Amino acid sequence: MARIFAYIVHNDGVVDDSAVELLVAAKSIDAAAKPTAIVTGSGAELDAVCKALQDSYAEIWKISNSALAYPNAELVRKALVAVIPAASIVLLPHSHFGVDLGPGLSVKLKAACLTDIIGIEGVEGNFLKAIRQEFGGQVSTHVRCDISTGAVINVRPGAFKPETSAAAGGTVADISSAVGALTAGRRYLETVVAEAGDVDISKEAVLISIGRGIQEQDNVAIAEELAKVMGAALSCSRPVVDAKWLPKSRQVGSSGQTVKPKVYIACGISGSFQHMAGIKGNPFMVAINKNPKAPIFQVADVGIVDDLLEFLPELTSKIRELVTK
Amino acid sequence: MEILVCVKRVPDTSENEIALNDSGNDIERDDLVYSVNEWDNYAVEEALQIVEKQGGNVTVATVGGEDDEEILRREMAMGAKKSVLISDDAFVGSDGAGIATLLKAFVLQNKFDLILTGAQAEDGAAQVGGMLAAMLDYPFASLVNSIEVVGGSKLKVSREVESGNKEMNEMDLPCVLSIQTGINEPRYVGMRGIRQVASIAIPTLGAAELGVDAASVGKFAAKVQRTDYFAPALGKGSEMLTGSREEVIDKVIELVKAKGGLK
Amino acid sequence: MTGTNIYSPGQATYWFLQGQILFSIVTLIGVACFCYILAKRLAPLLGGAPDPRFGRPMMRIANGMKYWLLQWKQPRFLFAGILHIFIFAGFLALSVRSLSLVSMGISEHFSGEFSGRVGQLYNVIKDYSATLVLLAVVIAAIRRGIFKPTRYAVPEKYGKEHTSEAMLVLGLIWLLMVSESVFEASGIVLAGRGAETLVPFTLAWTFRNALLWSPRALLVNLHLGSYLIHELTFFSFLCFLPMGKHFHVITSLFNVYFAKLDRGRVKPVRWGVANLEEVKSFGVKKFEDFTWKHMLDFYSCADCGRCSDNCPANAVGRPLSPRFLSIKARDYSFAHYPIFSRATVDGAGTDVGLIGGIYSEDEIWSCTTCGACEEECPLMVEYIDKIVDLRRGMVDEGNVPQSMQKPLKALESRGNPYGKMEKKKAEWTLNKDFRQGCKVRVLDGKEKADTLYFVDSITAYDDRIQAIGRATARILDHVGENFGILGAAEKDSGHEVRRFGEETLFEELREHNTEAIKASGVKRIVTSDPHAFNALKNDYVDMPLVEHISQFIAREVKAGNINLNPVENADTVFAYHDPCYLGRHNQVYDDPRNVLDTIPGLKRVEMSRCRDRSFCCGGGGLMLFYEPKENERMGVKRVQMAAEAGANVIVTACPFCMVNMEDAIKVAGMEGRMTAIDLAELVDKQMVRRVPVTDGKESETREA
Repeated sequence: MARIFAYIVHNDGVVDDSAVELLVAAKSIDAAAKPTAIVTGSGAELDAVCKALQDSYAEIWKISNSALAYPNAELVRKALVAVIPAASIVLLPHSHFGVDLGPGLSVKLKAACLTDIIGIEGVEGNFLKAIRQEFGGQVSTHVRCDISTGAVINVRPGAFKPETSAAAGGTVADISSAVGALTAGRRYLETVVAEAGDVDISKEAVLISIGRGIQEQDNVAIAEELAKVMGAALSCSRPVVDAKWLPKSRQVGSSGQTVKPKVYIACGISGSFQHMAGIKGNPFMVAINKNPKAPIFQVADVGIVDDLLEFLPELTSKIRELVTK
Repeated sequence: MEILVCVKRVPDTSENEIALNDSGNDIERDDLVYSVNEWDNYAVEEALQIVEKQGGNVTVATVGGEDDEEILRREMAMGAKKSVLISDDAFVGSDGAGIATLLKAFVLQNKFDLILTGAQAEDGAAQVGGMLAAMLDYPFASLVNSIEVVGGSKLKVSREVESGNKEMNEMDLPCVLSIQTGINEPRYVGMRGIRQVASIAIPTLGAAELGVDAASVGKFAAKVQRTDYFAPALGKGSEMLTGSREEVIDKVIELVKAKGGLK
Repeated sequence: MTGTNIYSPGQATYWFLQGQILFSIVTLIGVACFCYILAKRLAPLLGGAPDPRFGRPMMRIANGMKYWLLQWKQPRFLFAGILHIFIFAGFLALSVRSLSLVSMGISEHFSGEFSGRVGQLYNVIKDYSATLVLLAVVIAAIRRGIFKPTRYAVPEKYGKEHTSEAMLVLGLIWLLMVSESVFEASGIVLAGRGAETLVPFTLAWTFRNALLWSPRALLVNLHLGSYLIHELTFFSFLCFLPMGKHFHVITSLFNVYFAKLDRGRVKPVRWGVANLEEVKSFGVKKFEDFTWKHMLDFYSCADCGRCSDNCPANAVGRPLSPRFLSIKARDYSFAHYPIFSRATVDGAGTDVGLIGGIYSEDEIWSCTTCGACEEECPLMVEYIDKIVDLRRGMVDEGNVPQSMQKPLKALESRGNPYGKMEKKKAEWTLNKDFRQGCKVRVLDGKEKADTLYFVDSITAYDDRIQAIGRATARILDHVGENFGILGAAEKDSGHEVRRFGEETLFEELREHNTEAIKASGVKRIVTSDPHAFNALKNDYVDMPLVEHISQFIAREVKAGNINLNPVENADTVFAYHDPCYLGRHNQVYDDPRNVLDTIPGLKRVEMSRCRDRSFCCGGGGLMLFYEPKENERMGVKRVQMAAEAGANVIVTACPFCMVNMEDAIKVAGMEGRMTAIDLAELVDKQMVRRVPVTDGKESETREA
């Protein structure tokens, strides 16, 4: 069985949630596997990350290099190619970093490339069987991957639920010296932080979230009314921001904000994974959607098949009645 | 600047109902309408805007068959100067790496300053751009949402990362970028424009023309293969509320209140 | 001036020049200047696109009589309209006098006297005319100068105020009237006929009385002086006319004569070119792309603002004001084709295109093509064709708002703006409850019928509007009409596609539908969608007879084939809203009203803006996808108008009006106080049937 590596994403010394998810993914490939965490960075933050990883991973490879202080995928790739043995399986989260790194890494490692995997069914001989989705999650597919020369597998964040397990008591190996000079035709300059909106939805406890189902800009007011009467904040999915009906600061999702509300009311949102990836903390979710087959009804606690343009105003007036009583 | 944009013909999700066929092993393909992948269209628009400012030409290429010519024509109607169809029986069934290999062969036969792809297509794989770059040893950046040409040989690009933040990078040319939706507002391609390019001959490049070893691409070389489509067994899913709208509203209020959602 | 005994201007001496010579020179220069100016103004028209306006002369002459001579549209704006009628009538009447005055100074054969009974009658007319004109211009000046009605205000972005131009012209007219009357009066007294009866309370009479005892020298000076002033003013006025909005004084007759005769129809991309592939550039991108008649329209605009007063887009704060579409183009043309210097155009056109130059994109996309502007304009200035042409130009350049690209693309691939599948076009007929009572056949070759129910996109695919389709089908079924639908073979009529400037796509849709209709062999088409109605009737060629369902119902009710039950609730008050493409564009106003009035006990009120003054609901077709910048919605204004008229039910006969009304009722917070119903739905509800129909839900809103 090939050696399994999990690339660990971290920020400001904090390990990303994907780290433990990759562990679960690794176990789906090979239940007996003891995957090696591989982590790049520099300085005290990197040390803190390695320390935290000892709880989950048996072995941690640390690559410290000032060029890697910010994870530039082109440089990280060079570092990984220098140290990862042939025919290994490398696991990455399918995030903005994963799409940046994974495909190129697979080419340089001469390995296969699987992206946005939501399930792994195991290995049969040289073939790994995994599950993906297509068409924005409308259909699922089985894929078969030849891993005889290794594989780079991007795993969808949130697809593999972490399990609680005993501490792994891992060892940290510093292999920084195995990596040579790192330069690339791409240089990181800076990160421009998005303008703070009037409301920080990541701090809100109750969110009324709207999606494509709101249909037009004028209908946003209907959701705003509900938010007002509930003392909640208005958030949305990507299509609403693309159409410029709400500012980017209101977007929940992998390319928007991460929110941790207590209650999340999803109106006219189909439930694509990019959107759901922005919701953490397992809030109580109510979904209202005209389409009974919308993927969101798989994840919401309570589902209502109705026309949100009619449902919301009625809900608003009923709540208003109760509040004024 | 000579810019190559790699495009793909896909079933448009907004104009089709994607459903499994009766046998349950593929999607229902009768009655699908196709168009150029949305991400790729943004990439072509971006390329056109760059050459409008910097001078140069935009070439569009796709790997496929005769049916795929229609999207090449559409992008030419939009303003792309040249288009190329990369097609050969040997190429059928290529995985992402196979497609990237074919595109690499085409790139090496020409001189391009910049190569753009869409960040992903309908299958969500998001691989070809990154693979192509690595094969060519060109720098790569994905999820690009703005491009600024600096001097003659560098670009300043921003990538879309979490929380709506932008990661700014400097890229040496030539490089490969995968483009995220929303980077611009693509111009409209009218029926008239499409009619006007309807009879332009589109060169087709096969294995021989590209100098590609047929064994390195196609079905048999593909390391990744889709074996079927299926509808996942639905888990427990949501508790669906039934009854009159009034009843449903009362229940929702009750539940939300219990969870601390009502002040 | 010398020669106190000579009071004929021609004979008198003006500063060493004999009058005859002076006035010959004045006349010559005046006429020459005028002709030169006219030629310069005519120049751009000669370079404009072709426009066939010479056919059907009898109809054109009739139009000329009605709209020009009889000033038919003027009273629509009562106060100013009456004033204008006086000025116009006065000018016409005085034109004979003006000519005689001019001749008088040049030739001794014209004494300027009108003899005989005709002459006397004319004198009376002339005197009153001059007086009324004077009165009118004084009132107009007071109105413009002191009361300053806000409707004349010019928003900053459109330039300076037009008031000074207006006042100048009023002043010139005042001067003409006064000088003419002084000349007349002083002449009468000088001729010793001061005691003759003159019609009282005219200017001439007033001046005559004032001058009766004046010394001769003064009289002669006044006489000769007023003549000089009159002639100079006359020619100055004449030459000033083409310099501003008063060009309409000259061009109005022509503009009315050449006016568009075919309502509801949109001009082809280029007149005289049937094959679109031969046209190099679509639409209007630069000024010279306009047709000569459109350029004449710009000249003829009198800046009265009635168009903008009635424009619904203007009323809701969209950046569109039809008046300024004309004025800006006119000013552009004046600036680029000046009288006194070379035209700043080469053959290839000007530096700045119209869009982004004098017009903004939003301005042109804001129009709903409702036609209210064209209905009001007393000069028959056309707007819709120009806006469609400007849109064609933008589409040709790829300049289409993002929100409309999706529906246009869906129309291209699926034949409807929603991107729904063709095979689902007839799904509305499969509603369980509906199907039990009414079977709608799809005319696919095996099935044949006499009548085609052309459903069109929104009625076929929109959950709410499908109810209108079902109601219409039940009505047709009830009277035993042998009808069917085209089903998947029917594509969008393309009505809005054409009016959004996508002519090529429109032609494709039209060709497809025409083939399908011909193949079905139907002899008659009925539709519940006024946009489809207008398209099939006016945009399509060689179609069988096309009717809107309201016309069909009206006929069947009259024939006694449909009987209607009385209203249940005595408190309901109905107001009928005229859809633009049924009412204004096709003049079907009475049929729907007659149908409503046959419902026993139905209380109906008229909104103040009704019939040809109906206020557009906001538009249909692709307009539903456009995201305008506006202060409020047209639909909201409309339902408020219905409420103001005392109604609590607004009846429409158009699916787009229905969408806009129902939306507006929600947005305006009028739920519970106002409902909307389609005429077909109402008739279906009230129809007396042998077997009552069960139809699941009464108002078929989206399935929960």
